[in-house]
Amino acid sequence: MSNYKLTHLKELESESIFILREVAAQFEKPALLFSGGKDSIVMAYLAYKAFYPAAIPFPFVHIDTGHNFEETITYRDELVKLLGAQLIVGSVEESIAQGRVVEEKGYTASRNKLQTVTLLDTLEKYKFDAALGGARRDEEKARAKERFFSHRDEFGQWDPKNQRPELWNIFNGKKQLGEHFRVFPISNWTEMDVWQYILQENIPLPSLYYTHEREVFERDGVIYAALDAIPRKPTEVVEVKKVRCRTIGDITCTGLTLSSANSLEDIIDEIASSRITERGGRSDDKRSEAAMEDRKKAGYF
Amino acid sequence: MGNKIQNIENNTNSVPSQGSGVGGYLDMELLRFSTAGSVDDGKSTLIGRLLYDSKSIFEDQLQAVKDASKRLGGGDEVNLALLTDGLRAEREQGITIDVAYRYFATPKRKFIIADTPGHIEYTRNMVTGASTADVAIILIDARNGIIEQSKRHSYVASLLQIPNVVVAVNKMDLVDFSEEVFNTIKKEYEDIAKILKLKNVIFIPISARDGDNVVDASDKTPWYKGETLLHLLETLPVRKDETNLPARFPVQYVIRPHSDDFHDYRGYAGRISGGSFKVGDEITVLPSKTQSKIVAIDEGTKSLNEAFTPQSVTIRLEDNVDVSRGDIIVKNSDTKPTVSANVSLLTCWLNHKPLNEGGKYIIRHATEETHAIIKEVHYKVNINTLENILDDKTVKMNDIAHISIKTLKPLKYDSYGENRITGSLVLIDENTFETVGAGMIVHNLEDETFTI
Repeated sequence: MSNYKLTHLKELESESIFILREVAAQFEKPALLFSGGKDSIVMAYLAYKAFYPAAIPFPFVHIDTGHNFEETITYRDELVKLLGAQLIVGSVEESIAQGRVVEEKGYTASRNKLQTVTLLDTLEKYKFDAALGGARRDEEKARAKERFFSHRDEFGQWDPKNQRPELWNIFNGKKQLGEHFRVFPISNWTEMDVWQYILQENIPLPSLYYTHEREVFERDGVIYAALDAIPRKPTEVVEVKKVRCRTIGDITCTGLTLSSANSLEDIIDEIASSRITERGGRSDDKRSEAAMEDRKKAGYF
Repeated sequence: MGNKIQNIENNTNSVPSQGSGVGGYLDMELLRFSTAGSVDDGKSTLIGRLLYDSKSIFEDQLQAVKDASKRLGGGDEVNLALLTDGLRAEREQGITIDVAYRYFATPKRKFIIADTPGHIEYTRNMVTGASTADVAIILIDARNGIIEQSKRHSYVASLLQIPNVVVAVNKMDLVDFSEEVFNTIKKEYEDIAKILKLKNVIFIPISARDGDNVVDASDKTPWYKGETLLHLLETLPVRKDETNLPARFPVQYVIRPHSDDFHDYRGYAGRISGGSFKVGDEITVLPSKTQSKIVAIDEGTKSLNEAFTPQSVTIRLEDNVDVSRGDIIVKNSDTKPTVSANVSLLTCWLNHKPLNEGGKYIIRHATEETHAIIKEVHYKVNINTLENILDDKTVKMNDIAHISIKTLKPLKYDSYGENRITGSLVLIDENTFETVGAGMIVHNLEDETFTI
């Protein structure tokens, strides 16, 4: 059967399922970090496939900043029911109330950074020893060097200069007590692969990904949703525009794209002709050149 | 047995092209290649060009690189190396520390580049990057010809048995696109390729800076009748031999739903690591030698008639046999792997702490984990001269050595030359749990393609 040919999506899917199963086999208490974004949605579906007809052998963990789009929460709850998964929510608002973190002030305030503390607290509370994330290496330059199995010390920190070599498809998840791993099964996927897979598998998405009319305002060239989570300066004018999300995070760091794409085919065409990366609209990355590397070292997703 | 997975569907792995742009994207293949080289040989420029010409660099990335180039004192010249050097320490020191993975796609294929630093001390990174590659690109500066580093890269390509080696003779613009220079390098390299028994070697004269023969054929090399680099990458066969190998299925995980719908379901999950399996195949489970027959191959919610390397599937057997993680399912009609606790291997050492002869390590081989003792270090290899070193047997980081180990549980293995998955293993430190060594199993060194 030398004429047998595997498509790139099939090969990526196979690799990701292999890694999800390795995690279930090598760790005692893994969890899947679910953000409500398209990457974690794809992860959820891959996990469903990897263990079918058995239930997904780990819970989904959502770190809720309290600044999420309503649609994200609705979608999350429906998906969990559909896939028969278990959901654990870590709340940033609770971390603030408990005095674990202090809310940022001013117009650019975001709870994005505060999430790291809530995330680490949640992992510790439930004694999770592996956290599966939907990060991709093509997203950001610090992520291009991250392993599939990424070791974290007892403080949850990443040491990029001392990573374990990863060869062939052998993954070493051995760790000392108190340490944990972040595992990224879709490391080798690009934004385009994710969209093509969603199309191929016919995966339903939150409506935010498709064009809709919304009250928005512009700040430093990025379009944001005009919602209470982001305080507006007096000079910032609210307008109604046809927009969609290219990535979905917390409201305060999700830039919207002007778009009239209302099908997956439209979105794929739009991305194919786009000249800006999806994280180009993410204000959390714009804080400094090594913003992602610094957050990752501290234990960010 | 549940109804949902009873209906056998046809193998639907090839998505039919819909004739539209979208359909085209869904029908691509994946090719993994590695590049190795130092700062000066134009490797970063070449990768930058492949990414840029395939429109895989976005405006905000390019702007960020421009800004960083300026800040690091590069003036207005855009330093494309900054695209791949992701870590702060790398950008500050102008060196590449670690393997970086880059992605680009053309309408024909999606590519994964493992970009590895080529300094002497980073052999371990080259080995890591090459371990999954279908193609190795070896860059040679036309002005300097074959240098020690080129030999080192070629040795790693041979050691890791990369099926295709592309020798890109770069900076042809600086030697006036001379056919003679190209041919001299080619002839010299062919001798090396013969010694190293490299499988498929292709030579291309290029100028990464100006793009000659990278994406488009150059009019400055009318004497070159071969393909451009990108066209070659788009057409080289992807793992053509793997599906013809003896069938291997290392069991990863046992799926037992314990639900009402799937009360008696017992499936063995794993990734096919050689050849193919069909429903009805007579199989043997190793090491127990239990015989059975495949009654179903499930892939997610679908059932398949046949599955191939490297698909992740779940196999169900006729009999209720005892199979667990670490076991390997093989086809009775195929050659069986060796089952033995004595294993001979070539190792590339990856850790600052040297290999401890007589010491104990954790071994990970396919989905099996066991312990092993290092019985003997036979010799080290001088990767530059390709000679054996017999008087110094201290195996330090980046050293390559031929060693023998004895494992606690027997391994079910092929030689690395026969199968890259069942022929490879890693050694893990028992105290730090770091991955300290990479091993390529050899049956008998004289039989292997390695020449050392």
